[in-house]
Amino acid sequence: MSSANPNLVQLRDLNVTFDGVEVLHGIDLDVAKGEALGLVGESGCGKSVTWLAALGLLPGKAAVTGSVRVDGRELCGARRSALEEIRGGRIAMIFQDPSSSLNPVLSVGRQIIEALRIHRGLRGEAARAEALRLMDVVGIPAPSRRFDLYPHEFSGGQCQRLMIAMALAGEPDLLVADEPTTALDATIQAQILDLLNTLRAETGMALVFISHDLGAVSQVCERVCVMYAGRIVEEGTVAQLFSEARHPYTRGLFDAIPRIDGSRERLLAIPGTVPNPKHLPEGCSFSPRCPRAVDACGRVRPPLMTQDDGRRLACTRPVSAAARGEAKRRIPQGVMQ
Amino acid sequence: MIRFVLVRLLRAVITILAVVTFAFIVLRMSGDPAQVMLGPDVPQDALDAFRRTWGLDQPLWIQYLAYIKSIFTGDFGVSMRDKASALHLVLERVPATLQLTVPALILKLLIGIPAGVYAALHRQSFADRGVIMLAIVGFTIPSFVMGLVLVLVFSVLLGVLPSGGQDTWVHGILPTITMSIGGIGILARFSRSAMIEVMGQPYIRTAAAKGLKWRDVIWSHAFPNAAVPIVTIVGFMVGSLIAGAVVVESIFSWPGIGRLLVVSVSNRDLAVVQCILLIIAAAMVVSNLVVDLLYGWLDPRLRLHTDH
Repeated sequence: MSSANPNLVQLRDLNVTFDGVEVLHGIDLDVAKGEALGLVGESGCGKSVTWLAALGLLPGKAAVTGSVRVDGRELCGARRSALEEIRGGRIAMIFQDPSSSLNPVLSVGRQIIEALRIHRGLRGEAARAEALRLMDVVGIPAPSRRFDLYPHEFSGGQCQRLMIAMALAGEPDLLVADEPTTALDATIQAQILDLLNTLRAETGMALVFISHDLGAVSQVCERVCVMYAGRIVEEGTVAQLFSEARHPYTRGLFDAIPRIDGSRERLLAIPGTVPNPKHLPEGCSFSPRCPRAVDACGRVRPPLMTQDDGRRLACTRPVSAAARGEAKRRIPQGVMQ
Repeated sequence: MIRFVLVRLLRAVITILAVVTFAFIVLRMSGDPAQVMLGPDVPQDALDAFRRTWGLDQPLWIQYLAYIKSIFTGDFGVSMRDKASALHLVLERVPATLQLTVPALILKLLIGIPAGVYAALHRQSFADRGVIMLAIVGFTIPSFVMGLVLVLVFSVLLGVLPSGGQDTWVHGILPTITMSIGGIGILARFSRSAMIEVMGQPYIRTAAAKGLKWRDVIWSHAFPNAAVPIVTIVGFMVGSLIAGAVVVESIFSWPGIGRLLVVSVSNRDLAVVQCILLIIAAAMVVSNLVVDLLYGWLDPRLRLHTDH
């Protein structure tokens, strides 16, 4: 392990192209050991693609360039066996639709044991015992009775717990949770978020939480990265972004959250839609939808620059201090310490 | 479970009965065995005597009831031509037919399924297009054309393989290949489309994301899911093992069930034809039943919910 570099994962200039259309434009992102990072943005902004690309899980037609380093080891363009070692072992991933993410024709026990066999060399009774322990850890009641059941015999929330158990089997240093609660009921959603928090506290693993739900992100993450049209537009601590979002897009995301307190008022939606990656506007990709855009925004794309307060921001006309602070009260109390 | 099997068995019996009844009626409506067996210039007395001997002078429904009754006692009648037990005549031909159909089935499975899976995993590649093209050629060319082309090339032009007969195993090569080509094409196409669909499923990404070797992702995660449609097709193929191939056996003068059927139909050898059809129907019904049970074994979602 390189002690000089505290970063577990380091993405540099990560680009992804599907059939000649660039969908990810040079992502630079670090994940430190044990930290929880949120990745936020609308559907199709490249949140999931970033991590699928990092682990080499995109279909063959996707061309990935740039650098993905895990503990200093380059993964981009690495041999398949090197990737297989990282997947599930150093970096595990869980997905949006838990019910269809588990193989319907294999018993859940077998699917967990498979991960234990690959990454920890466990077999037979030892593997079974450890799988049962993991099922218990993630909160599956009566694991020994349910070990041989199939995914369709579990609810969506339980399937996600099983996915998490499977992810934990390899004792990963980083868990990438790709919209893990989007397909679940609100109450189940809260339980899964709790579970992720508890597991992170117990195991010390890092977490990348991909979501479009800012509330969920605020509950599990310390740092947030906002993506738009294949680029990072703002990145900072949860407190920084939630108290004073500076990118107009981040601001727009907060304005679109219904308020829990105060008077009922019309939500401020962001006008327009995410641009087609085939025809990205010149300059800042958000400029056609941006209430603060000036002519120059449509011509020159602002680079992602580190600001005085440590956040990174890509905007020539960020939200001014006077207009800040609004977002804070839209987040339920107690979320931010 | 028991109820499921009982219902299926009852349906099987009804299916077989329908086949037998249909064969019984059509055979008797479409020609007179006495005329065919004895020839055109036979005195009326001889015809009458023949009909009396075989019970053909009785009303149709009495003949039918007698036939059904004898089937249930295990008596499948006597061949009008050879005066031997029809069942015995048919069973005698089974080994010859299986000598062709079993190797042909093995070829279909060994070539068709891997070719389809390979094509699915290398979609849009040169190999994929090649497999699709060959598969289409394979199952669109009728076996009598394919058989004759193979005879023309390997027997007539090259002179390396015999064009007919059953003397040695070499004689079986051309008919086996002819018989398997269509099935290889069908299996390749079905395996390909089934695999393509499965490879797009989220659980395949999960399997890869947990660090499984690619080989294991394909064979222990993807293939079992693609197996259901493949098993359906293979079930039909297994069901028709006994039926052999009427056309191929005729082209290559192979003394199997298919050829016996052709000869017996043209002779109006009622008991033999009925016996063959009964056995074919039974084989089909049994293989369908096995396929139904296999579905549940392959896919737990299709299992009967009797234990939960």
